[in-house]
Amino acid sequence: MISLLQEAAHTAAEHTESVASSVAHGETETATGLPQLDLTSFGNQIFWLVVAMVVLYWVVAKVALPRIGAVLSDRQGAITGDLMAAEEFKLKAKEAEAAYDKALADARAEAGKIVAANRAEIQKELDAAIAHADAEIAARVSESEGRIRQIRDSADTDAREVARDVTAELVRTFGGVVDQAAVDQAVDSRMKGALQ
Amino acid sequence: MATEAHGEATGLSFHPMDQFIVRPLFSDGPVHWYTPTNVTLWLAAIVLATLALLVLGTRGRAIVPNRSQSMAEMAYGMIHKMVGDIAGKDGLKYFPYIMTLFMFVVFANFLGLLPMAFTVTSHIAVTGVLALAVFLTVTIIGFVKNGTHFLDLFWVRSAPLAIRPVLAVIEVISYFVRPLSLSIRLAGNMIAGHAVIKVFAGFAALILINPGLGALVTPVSILAVVGMYAFEILVAFIQAYVFTILTCVYLKDALHPSH
Repeated sequence: MISLLQEAAHTAAEHTESVASSVAHGETETATGLPQLDLTSFGNQIFWLVVAMVVLYWVVAKVALPRIGAVLSDRQGAITGDLMAAEEFKLKAKEAEAAYDKALADARAEAGKIVAANRAEIQKELDAAIAHADAEIAARVSESEGRIRQIRDSADTDAREVARDVTAELVRTFGGVVDQAAVDQAVDSRMKGALQ
Repeated sequence: MATEAHGEATGLSFHPMDQFIVRPLFSDGPVHWYTPTNVTLWLAAIVLATLALLVLGTRGRAIVPNRSQSMAEMAYGMIHKMVGDIAGKDGLKYFPYIMTLFMFVVFANFLGLLPMAFTVTSHIAVTGVLALAVFLTVTIIGFVKNGTHFLDLFWVRSAPLAIRPVLAVIEVISYFVRPLSLSIRLAGNMIAGHAVIKVFAGFAALILINPGLGALVTPVSILAVVGMYAFEILVAFIQAYVFTILTCVYLKDALHPSH
């Protein structure tokens, strides 16, 4: 490629030689052909280009790219880390929800159990109280019956006594002698069946 | 040149090629290979600009980047993706070389657009060396990685046997034309755009010589300079991109020569 250019630049080089000489004489510099084809400047351009490229390569490859690459991978790491943390938090939230639901269900079951137990206890107490009341009522009834019987018995004896006394007084009044045994017998025979 | 003859007749001076002259920085003497020249200055500017963007710009190493770090990361991401997509995973080994090439060409093109600047990529000596370096590197990688299988690149097995020799000749020619087209495409774009801007700028001075005609020509030529400048900004990026993407394509051919 260089040889091709050399041929093409042959005429241009002649022009630029005159330019160079005019520069040397301190005149205003003017390009008469393509300065790109001035082969006298090629060595200079290539030398400085190689120097610049070596420095630039060192800057880019050894300093800039590792740094930018590190920043980008750090950012990627941070993003994936955050996403993973978010995923973890989501899982934790789900677990907490499940635990909450379970606790709620447990509490409900416990409450049901307590209610049932209380109901049973109250029922037992109620049954006991009813039985106690029934027993008391029965005792009162039997006691009342006893007293009624007593009252009836006492009424019977009182009536006999009154009848005997009345009979004895009647006998005495009519001038008779009171035969206590006969009076009792008569009263008893008359009373039999009356006070039933 | 025709423009110069025309310019002398009307009093306008056109020197569209003066911006490409290689001048010594500190003296008027001849340009030796070691002489610091405007090429040296603008090469240094390219290195410093790359340093500023990729190193100073990322010194915060922030998880949430600032503007300059974002730009550096975007450049990194763009070229990294380009190498990965085109040359494949095994091509990523050469990512630093391709990133260096891209940063060099893109900053050379953009810094060259500054007024009074010197565009190093407008010189065939510079783009030629870059293209030859790519060509030689890729050819060496091709032979080292694939041995003689690298020659499969020129032997199109998917084509009928009869036309394979013809295709092989075409493939060989196109392979050796690569560095030429790669360097001339870049330098040619830069030369043409910058020269056209200078020519339009030369016409803009017409109002000083001929106010009647200049009243019409000067605004048009200034608008044309602005338009060309905007277009050149686009071209500066596109040419850097094209240079880099073609390098990736050549690298792909070297790593995977079978069609």
